[in-house]
Amino acid sequence: MNKETRLNWVFKPLVHAAALGPLVWLIWLGLGGQFGPNPAEFINRYTGDWAIRFLLIALAVTPLRGITGLALVMRFRRLLGLYAFFYVLLHVSSYVALDQYFAWGAIWQDIVKRTYITVGMLAMVILTALAVTSPKAMVKKMGGRNWQRLHKLVYVAAIAAPVHFFMMRKGFQIEPLVYGGIAGLLLAYRAGVWIRAKARTRAARADAQTA
Amino acid sequence: MIIRQRPLHPIPSSEITPKSVFDDRRRVLKTLGFGGLAATMPLWLPGPAEAAWRPTEGKALSGTPHPKYNAQVLGQEPASLEVVSTYNNFYEFGLGKGDPAEHAGKFKTTPWTIKVEGAVEKPGTYDIDDLIKAEDIEDRVYRFRCVEAWSMVVPWLGVPLAKVIKRLNPTSKAKYVYFETVFDPDQMPGQRRPTLEWPYKEGLRMDEAMNPLTLLAVGVHGQVMPNQNGAPIRLIVPWKYGFKSIKSIVLMRFVEKEPPTSWSVANGREYGFYSNVNPNVSHPRWSQATEKKIGLNNIFGLPIRQPTLMFNGYEEEVAAMYAGMDLRKFF
Repeated sequence: MNKETRLNWVFKPLVHAAALGPLVWLIWLGLGGQFGPNPAEFINRYTGDWAIRFLLIALAVTPLRGITGLALVMRFRRLLGLYAFFYVLLHVSSYVALDQYFAWGAIWQDIVKRTYITVGMLAMVILTALAVTSPKAMVKKMGGRNWQRLHKLVYVAAIAAPVHFFMMRKGFQIEPLVYGGIAGLLLAYRAGVWIRAKARTRAARADAQTA
Repeated sequence: MIIRQRPLHPIPSSEITPKSVFDDRRRVLKTLGFGGLAATMPLWLPGPAEAAWRPTEGKALSGTPHPKYNAQVLGQEPASLEVVSTYNNFYEFGLGKGDPAEHAGKFKTTPWTIKVEGAVEKPGTYDIDDLIKAEDIEDRVYRFRCVEAWSMVVPWLGVPLAKVIKRLNPTSKAKYVYFETVFDPDQMPGQRRPTLEWPYKEGLRMDEAMNPLTLLAVGVHGQVMPNQNGAPIRLIVPWKYGFKSIKSIVLMRFVEKEPPTSWSVANGREYGFYSNVNPNVSHPRWSQATEKKIGLNNIFGLPIRQPTLMFNGYEEEVAAMYAGMDLRKFF
């Protein structure tokens, strides 16, 4: 088996299976009547948890490559990002359908009036834009530079998601802070890389001038 | 409606058990043997102890059905015992709705004493059996509205708080009653995290505490209170958001000033001292205009959504207490 077949026939199916695991488990719980007396809340929390987790997993790919040098992982970055969007879609649909029963007026009121829903919706809009522009053809159409600029918005989503989670909870709760902390580390890594690259170009320019 | 008041039994102070003996009564009883029983009689029991309302075997508990606060008059079926006991908030046992049921199983509720202090003529540490009399227990079906915009219809078993307070003779300085939940991180894993300032604190204005609606609940659905619902004794203030109905009470203090409450300390912008159910005053993060009725499902098996009622439908009984108050300011 060469590298490409192994990627397509072993690793990719494994990633798909792992990424669909939470959904399969959710369906299994539902079939077993395990949602409790408020199924909408259960499904909404569950899919929200996984949306945030996949977003952070997708954001961990680049640092993982940088630290381990494992180039292969980059092949799953888009896939993992799309799964984050997939769970966001389930999360938002469960809110619209199961929680609000399609009361669009009330939903709009929520979006404009409730900051934590505004923040959550911001993350959803960003991830939607990124998902829509994720095919390779779109990269070509937009041009690499524009595409990259747009996709930097994922950093905003990475902050918005834990903030949305933190604001939704009552009292001082640790779980959203853990996600926020992980997001912070993943962004700090990028900031570090950026600063070092900048310093290097400055040094190179200085070298060029003295030479 | 006729409210019968049981006559109080005035006891000369000479007959009152010294506090030191009372606090230590279990050891005293053991030392003295049965002969010491009479000497350590609870405060207001005229004769030998009546049958304790807390069954030693099984969980059955009953109360006199209330002529007004029942399912027929309310017009909605109570949520099942399973729903009531598996879906609730009790942060001392975890943050998920199912956590209390999962983690409160071993919570020890016997023996249980409540300390009464402050502006009151009969302070002391009372055994729960001395505060709650079996014959006083009523069966009342109330609406229960959580601040998170869900609600339930619940058949509580309990005694009007006013009945208990009257026996304790608060002084004229008692303007508020302050309550605390037990603090026991060994048994309550949630108290090992700083979610709120522990122990849980709550309070009521004296007229709210004396309102005939306010209950000290010791059971639900024909059973002694399940641990996860605030056993062995909790408050039920049906016109206020659920978090006002403090659970597993160990302290009642009669005070002159408005006491701090856990949620108002944690976030005073979102949770006020009064916290009356009010569909017109939104929580800063969500609307309070409607609620999901847990336990009452639509054809898809999902809880129905219905408009929230002013004072949770108890306007007639409680609105007069807040006459002239700006409920937007005193939320």
